[in-house]
Amino acid sequence: MSEHIVSKKIYFLIFGALLFGTGLTVMMAFVDLDERFFGGANAVTALTIAVIKATLVILYFMHVRYSSRLTWLIVSTGVLWLAIMFIFTFSDYATRPVMYTTPAGGLAEHLR
Amino acid sequence: MAISHVANEAGVHPNSALQHHFDNMEQQREAGSLGMWVFLAQEVMFFGGLFLAYVLYRNKFPGAFAVASNSLDPVMGGINTVVLICSSLTMALAVYYAQTGVRRKQIVFLLVTMAFGVTFLVIKGLEYADKFREHHIPVPGWFDWDVAKEPLPVGVLAHQVEMFFWIYFAMTGLHALHMIIGLGIMTWLVYKAWKGTFTPEYYGPVEVSGLYWHFVDIVWIFLFPLLYLLGRHLEHH
Repeated sequence: MSEHIVSKKIYFLIFGALLFGTGLTVMMAFVDLDERFFGGANAVTALTIAVIKATLVILYFMHVRYSSRLTWLIVSTGVLWLAIMFIFTFSDYATRPVMYTTPAGGLAEHLR
Repeated sequence: MAISHVANEAGVHPNSALQHHFDNMEQQREAGSLGMWVFLAQEVMFFGGLFLAYVLYRNKFPGAFAVASNSLDPVMGGINTVVLICSSLTMALAVYYAQTGVRRKQIVFLLVTMAFGVTFLVIKGLEYADKFREHHIPVPGWFDWDVAKEPLPVGVLAHQVEMFFWIYFAMTGLHALHMIIGLGIMTWLVYKAWKGTFTPEYYGPVEVSGLYWHFVDIVWIFLFPLLYLLGRHLEHH
């Protein structure tokens, strides 16, 4: 078998990192980072830690780090389609005020 | 894999677990795991739509989402996060002992994973019961936000708070459903492991179920901060 067996030591290290990440997420949630840094800093911090935790689970618990290129391709596809869905939806919502405003500055007739 | 080919030519199946449409065990294992990954990529889109709804409504009603989110119990949510991470570790160990062919420990770790899964669902159930008592379950005509007890900031409407609970119950409900299905799969795995089906050459079902279970854990890794924590820093304003 060419299958790579991940050692128990790595599993426990990742487990520790996940617990640490959870603790950090909870701690940072109660600090007003929005006020100290920029609006949305709390959300960015929480999501950054979550993405790191998810990546650790995918790479080690789900063995992707040791998997074939085809597996890598499918994992990236999942992330890519998700990115497309989010980016296109937000570009729509973000541009609506611009798209539907009349030259006089009012909201277009059909949106009132 | 040369050995198995020789055996095939002799007309003898090298491993009874090898399905006839695969050349060898490695190819069969790889195909199975790839199938699960394709399913999980689809699951990313399935949950992705709900995450998208969450982000859009949170942008639209930031005040209501902070109030509603802060009414959840972060201790319950936090304990459940730890419980799920523990279950992911024990699931990874169950796969490890399937790969190394230690049948007894494989069964033990599957059972421990199931126990963590049940613990998660019980805690989730207690939270749902709280929401039921408080009339926070978004049933039209039944949902109620007690303004006397928890006043709403200026410009925040109870219906906007209700929107948070629609998303909360849709996301945590679907997540819990995935866990219940996972528990069913693991019951089957324990039965098969008990019968001695899995060997270091054939452990595909254990590995693939592990992938599914870890994915459900990842969904929760995002749900916990988004649903329970993002409004906490505003609580004392």
